[in-house]
Amino acid sequence: MAKILLEMRNITKTFPGVKALDNVNLQVEEGEIHALVGENGAGKSTLMNVLSGIYPHGTYEGDIVYDGKVCKFSNIKDSEKLGIVIIHQELALVPEMTIGENMYLGNERGHKFAIDWNTTYAEADKYLKMVGLTESSKVQVKTIGTGKQQLVEIAKALAKQAKLLILDEPTSSLNEEDSRALLDLMLGFKKQGMTMIIISHKLNEVAYVADKITVIRDGTTIETIDNRGPEPISEERIIKGMVGREMTNRFPKREGVKVGDILMEVDHWTVHHPLYPERKVVDDVSINVRKGEVVGIYGLMGAGRTELGMSIFGQSYGVNFSGELKIDGQPVKLKKSEADAIKHKIAYVTEDRKGNGLILSQSIKVNTSLANLDSLAKMGVIDQDKEYAVAEEYRDKLKTKTPSVEQLVGNLSGGNQQKVLLAKWMFAEPDIMILDEPTRGIDVGAKYEIYCIINDLAAQGKCVIMISSELPEVLGMSDRIYIMNEGKMVGEMKASEATQESIMAAILKSGRGA
Amino acid sequence: MDKKAIVATLKKNAMLVVLILVYLFFMIMTKGSIFKPSTFRALFNENAYVYILGCGMMMCMLTGGNIDLSCGAFVCLLGAIGSVLMVINGVPVGLAIAIMLAIAVAYGCGLGFLVAYVNVPPWIATLAGYLAFRGLGTSILTKNSSTGSISVGTKEKFLNIFSRTLFETPEGSLNMICLLAGVVAAALVVFLVFNTRASRLKKGYEADSIGAAAVKSGLGAAAILLVMWKLAYAGGIPTVLVWVAAVVLIYGFITSKTVVGRHFYVVGGNIEAARLSGVNTRRIMFIAYLNMAILTSISAMIMLARFTAANADAGKNFEMDAISACVVGGVSASGGAGSILGMVIGATLIGVINKGMTLISLDANWQRVVKGFVLLAAVVFDILSKKRES
Repeated sequence: MAKILLEMRNITKTFPGVKALDNVNLQVEEGEIHALVGENGAGKSTLMNVLSGIYPHGTYEGDIVYDGKVCKFSNIKDSEKLGIVIIHQELALVPEMTIGENMYLGNERGHKFAIDWNTTYAEADKYLKMVGLTESSKVQVKTIGTGKQQLVEIAKALAKQAKLLILDEPTSSLNEEDSRALLDLMLGFKKQGMTMIIISHKLNEVAYVADKITVIRDGTTIETIDNRGPEPISEERIIKGMVGREMTNRFPKREGVKVGDILMEVDHWTVHHPLYPERKVVDDVSINVRKGEVVGIYGLMGAGRTELGMSIFGQSYGVNFSGELKIDGQPVKLKKSEADAIKHKIAYVTEDRKGNGLILSQSIKVNTSLANLDSLAKMGVIDQDKEYAVAEEYRDKLKTKTPSVEQLVGNLSGGNQQKVLLAKWMFAEPDIMILDEPTRGIDVGAKYEIYCIINDLAAQGKCVIMISSELPEVLGMSDRIYIMNEGKMVGEMKASEATQESIMAAILKSGRGA
Repeated sequence: MDKKAIVATLKKNAMLVVLILVYLFFMIMTKGSIFKPSTFRALFNENAYVYILGCGMMMCMLTGGNIDLSCGAFVCLLGAIGSVLMVINGVPVGLAIAIMLAIAVAYGCGLGFLVAYVNVPPWIATLAGYLAFRGLGTSILTKNSSTGSISVGTKEKFLNIFSRTLFETPEGSLNMICLLAGVVAAALVVFLVFNTRASRLKKGYEADSIGAAAVKSGLGAAAILLVMWKLAYAGGIPTVLVWVAAVVLIYGFITSKTVVGRHFYVVGGNIEAARLSGVNTRRIMFIAYLNMAILTSISAMIMLARFTAANADAGKNFEMDAISACVVGGVSASGGAGSILGMVIGATLIGVINKGMTLISLDANWQRVVKGFVLLAAVVFDILSKKRES
């Protein structure tokens, strides 16, 4: 048996209120490619952040044993000194700087006060050649494509004398061809003795490249699968580990809700990326929603779900829209304006409640009334007593835990913030509510309460579109499920007929077809 | 009230406490001359522009810590244009005022368009005006006058609107109208505080305790009575006081009671959340800069009347005075928080420090040093107190 290069023993990491990792164990042999798979939020990235020192020693329990020694990293520099280099999902390159400058950022050649640019560029060119790039290291990063930028990231890691390379979703922004080239490059490094850990959602890639696969679910290691046999492992085998959790009644029943007529239809909806207008983020998608119906939209990260939701809501994301929106059978020409969407009774409840949803420095009252403030005002003057009453009403209705509606939203817990966000949009009295990841980052009890609110909305005859990347939630809450992948709609199922495996299979099938 | 609550209240009103302490300090240092009626009058005349520009600057800062660097230079330019119109071209006073206002609206629209719709960073967009307007104003003045200064001393009507005194009585004798106005205003403050409290209690909402309401209204009424009593011995109500009071009351109302005012706060608090809640964020930015230009034109007229002449130095550093008043008064330098009352306290504090330092004849250069440190101390205090809260 080969030497164990890295062992993570009984790692437990708690965030306020959440146990992100619970006794996780991971063993990586020298010279292998080890894959980490799991659903969004399973704890893969947290584990890698513990390993690389982003979460320093002391903030977690358990031991990291690297090269036979117990390591106590207090920051990223410590782990890099030992050759553990992590390449994050979001590229960390400065677009205005040259490739060479980027590669040696924070790792400059020469003297602290006299950078040796000749060495820098000469060495940069050497590493670029190793990753198969022919570009000069003196060109600006913004002039090369995303695929090549990913390779620059790898060259940058090599320049740090990496012995253990961690790649977090390295192919998430690459097309099929670039992805394959990257994976082959990884296999080439393996031959030269490099050890790698890859985190990926794309199970076909994992099956192709990995020697061993560790499955993480809900912050614990489920199993480690050996993939060194003559036949690559089947994706179904991996999926079983990823989703195989029990489904108890975590979801309140929706009883006596009659699903009515179609209220909103979206036909051949196409949206382009705001910064790269040639890229389609939503590609010819058609959906419809009925009154009183909860429609789930599932997809992995980057599937285009949020982009679809936001573009329906007054074109608040993207450029070059095409397609048709019908409400009550009538075509609606929505202007590029959120206020216009609200007027047409559409609401979009963002997944990013702190960044895009709430004004943390203002009170619950101010946040609750914001989207429909005009209804509380006469001649532009706010009736503040009425506003207070409205905020109180929704605090009662949603059981928001707070001493007062004058409390600043920034001081509330995640679950209560989510309720304030929902209150804001319920007060706007929409007919169509697009809920984007309505239970992200909140605890189980609060989740149940949010589900009850969703059921109430449906009972009132509203259309609810629930975007989620949690499969059990989608299955447990929806009447009908749409499945998206890479901007396209790849499946539609009745919730009663769908299973976790069939949904995953729909995504994977489309991925291979592309 | 327990000790904790008292400390919390003092902390919340720290600048008011500082204002009172600074005032008492100068009372001792100047042996009471800061308490003279003439000093009160001078305080208003010298600082009227700070209150008015402060209102406009606060609206800009609320949207996200944005500032207007051009207002001081714009005061100079508008003064030059106004004086040339009235004195050289003999344009009637009313028309001249209208033209000055129209120019301000035009500039405000242009600036607002650049900031809100072209996304030019506000400090750069206004830096252009800062550089250009004083040059333009000075060249207009030197072209029309050999001394580079044009006097509007003969335009009685103009001076009556923007300077002088209402119902003037000789200095030293008691002006009954001024005193009466003070009594009415003080009574109104007490009535409003208790009326709001009563209506909140009736509907079962949170309200101030009776003690807090008494202290609040008592302090407000006492401050008004003190100022008006002193002014009553200094000839009467200065006309600028009417302008300042009107502007401060209007903006106090807008920021605390109206939809558009609320939108300024939410844009500064989280512009993405505001946009996704249907707030027209670009229009708010546009209004902020249009509004600033209009208030600048009122300041320009007040300054022209006060000095009875337009000259190249008019409006120098006004932008900095307005920003200082806001920052010292607790308007957040990153936007989304602040109140008109706070800004008024900040402006008054800076005014009192200026006046006090002049009265004890501190060297003008050292006055600047003190002002600089006061500003820094206010911001550091603001940041530290917020940190402790969270």
